[in-house]
Amino acid sequence: MKKLELTQLGNFSNSLNATVYHAEPRFTEEITEIFENARKYDLKIALRGAGRSYNDAALKGGGIVLDLSLLNCVQAWDAETGILRAQPGLTLESLWQFILPEGWWPPVVSGTMKTTLGGCLGMNIHGKNNFKMGTIGENILEFDALLPNGKEVTCSPTKNKDLFYSMISGMGILGVFTSITMQMKRVYSGLVNVKEWNVPNLETQLSALLRCAPENDYIVGWLDGTARGTSLGRGQIHTANYLKKDEDPDPDETMRVAFQTLPDKFFGVVSKSKLHYLMSLGLNNLGVWGVNTAKYIVGRDKDYLQPHAAFHFLLDYVPDWEKSYGKYGLIQYQSFLPRETALDAWTEMLKISQQRKLPTYLGVTKRHRPDDFLISHAVDGFSLALDFKITKNNRAKLSEMVEVFDKIVLNAGGRFYFAKNSETSAETARAFLGSEVINKFRKLKKRCDPENLLSSDLYERVFGEGLG
Amino acid sequence: MTEIRQKLATSTPLTPQKRAILVGASSGIGAALARRLADEGYQIALLARRAEMLETLTNEINLKHGETRAIYYIHDVTDYEAVPKLLKKIIVELGGIDTFIYNAGVGINIGLKSYNFEKDYKMIEINLLGALAWLNPIGEIFQTLKNGQIVGVSSVAGERGRVGSPAYNTSKAALTTYLEAYRNRLTRYGVNVLTVKPGFVQTDLIKNAKKLFWVISPEKAAKDIYEAMQKRKQEIYTPARWRLVMFIVRNTPSFVFRKLSF
Repeated sequence: MKKLELTQLGNFSNSLNATVYHAEPRFTEEITEIFENARKYDLKIALRGAGRSYNDAALKGGGIVLDLSLLNCVQAWDAETGILRAQPGLTLESLWQFILPEGWWPPVVSGTMKTTLGGCLGMNIHGKNNFKMGTIGENILEFDALLPNGKEVTCSPTKNKDLFYSMISGMGILGVFTSITMQMKRVYSGLVNVKEWNVPNLETQLSALLRCAPENDYIVGWLDGTARGTSLGRGQIHTANYLKKDEDPDPDETMRVAFQTLPDKFFGVVSKSKLHYLMSLGLNNLGVWGVNTAKYIVGRDKDYLQPHAAFHFLLDYVPDWEKSYGKYGLIQYQSFLPRETALDAWTEMLKISQQRKLPTYLGVTKRHRPDDFLISHAVDGFSLALDFKITKNNRAKLSEMVEVFDKIVLNAGGRFYFAKNSETSAETARAFLGSEVINKFRKLKKRCDPENLLSSDLYERVFGEGLG
Repeated sequence: MTEIRQKLATSTPLTPQKRAILVGASSGIGAALARRLADEGYQIALLARRAEMLETLTNEINLKHGETRAIYYIHDVTDYEAVPKLLKKIIVELGGIDTFIYNAGVGINIGLKSYNFEKDYKMIEINLLGALAWLNPIGEIFQTLKNGQIVGVSSVAGERGRVGSPAYNTSKAALTTYLEAYRNRLTRYGVNVLTVKPGFVQTDLIKNAKKLFWVISPEKAAKDIYEAMQKRKQEIYTPARWRLVMFIVRNTPSFVFRKLSF
């Protein structure tokens, strides 16, 4: 293995860099060697997949970042049953491109296809179908993992159950996934049937999510964070449904990877790899207000067919979109609230962001259900993800505002997601997770990693010393 | 008393940490700069030989801010072999490095008629060789990272050889030249190298000296250095008026200089 050298790694939202020793094993056996090095030089190890979390989850300043993205082989695939076994570095992009031509689709995907399976499990990601298919963890049949204590374990919902429900969602802190077995979802077309319509305010938006979720495969809302007064929280709802067998006259064609691949040019003219430069011109309070207002005004009821990739991977539609947020990047603040309290809490938060002249440039709502994983962000309710641009001078103001948001969310019985929020404190983490969960996680940590080798800046932040 | 956290806070997008290593931190310009950097939100690793002073300074800084902003390591800059391992250890504990400051220095008084190899050797070791021991691994790291700032505290004394302090002048002249070479090497990698040339600063270095003028406080020197760091300057005199004086001194012909007794 090549010598470890200090290098800079960042996060998805271009908002954070860390100086780390970057290790990229090509073989599973090398992981043990990296653990040996960490012991020898007294270094911590953070696990990293595609580095697509918006915060410090895949970073450890001064430590080793163990990048698993080269361990990306499909180890077994059964096109009859839809069961796939793969290494943790396999991206969702490689995964769907591998299985779709044979009539399968991953049961749960993130908004970007660049994420790796290991990262998805570590954070227990959800998609726009969380209310129906649960988190990705609920679709995992089994995984193998290497623990820092040297043990190799196989876990499933029935075997080593405690590790199954804690390593999935465990932020890469308990051990390293080496092989993941997952059930895929049968599809009969490369298209989904999408419907979209405007909703005039937050109340309508949330009630549409609640009402329409049960009868659709996917549902997601766009929220215009700049609209005020009676229009506060207005936006658009998108639903999508799989086509039934024989509904698509030519499924072989629509399930081809080339059919799914997102176009290179925007309006057939602007190369999409350059589009983020153009977008950056409009990413200011006035520009976003203009674009959002126009988007809402021209929004009509629509019903159309769209390839899976185009519907699911909106974040990949404009390559490097995150760069349009400029030099300082962005933060995403995502909160999960029970359906009873969401309206009041988010109304207050949106008002605060507007009063402080820090409007969100993108708001996304989703419908959720609870899950059984140890570190869970889920509730029977909704989530609202808000993107905020960081500028040279707004850090302190943003920081104050998200602190206020945290209090509102906690008071409303809400939860947070460790792949997204970058500022959650140890105190806030304790408040929503509860001491019992934290103690259980600590016990598992001691058992799997007695030398405390696995860590991350995220783990230190939210499970740090302040967390008793 | 405010409770002190033992560990340094990690960086987040809204509270990015600036991390500096300061060698020669226990007193004078170093201590003043340590306080200033901590006031400005830096997380700093303080290094010096004198344990008690260093510990007191670290505690003072951390108590003032109610959180750990400074950590310290006892280090003799002439222990060259210890540097690479110590540097790695500090980077782990700091969680990274953005700035490296070499401020260690001694000026040993030797009489006008005195010739003393031991004293000369000590000055070269601390003022120059210690810097080289640190700057080599630091330069390599910053070049790889394509980022960083190096600050070397040299002196106006490095601009001419004078009757009273041949080795001190030599050590500072060499340090200035070395820093210039590093600037030429590393600017292309996005690394800033700042050479600081203080005049007379109220420190241990000049406590027995007579007939001094324009003496500034270490705090004033620290302020000038901090501001130059933020502006990513390449060379400063502190106070600034020394630039003009040194221009004259540099251009004074040797036949005049030979007759002078300072």
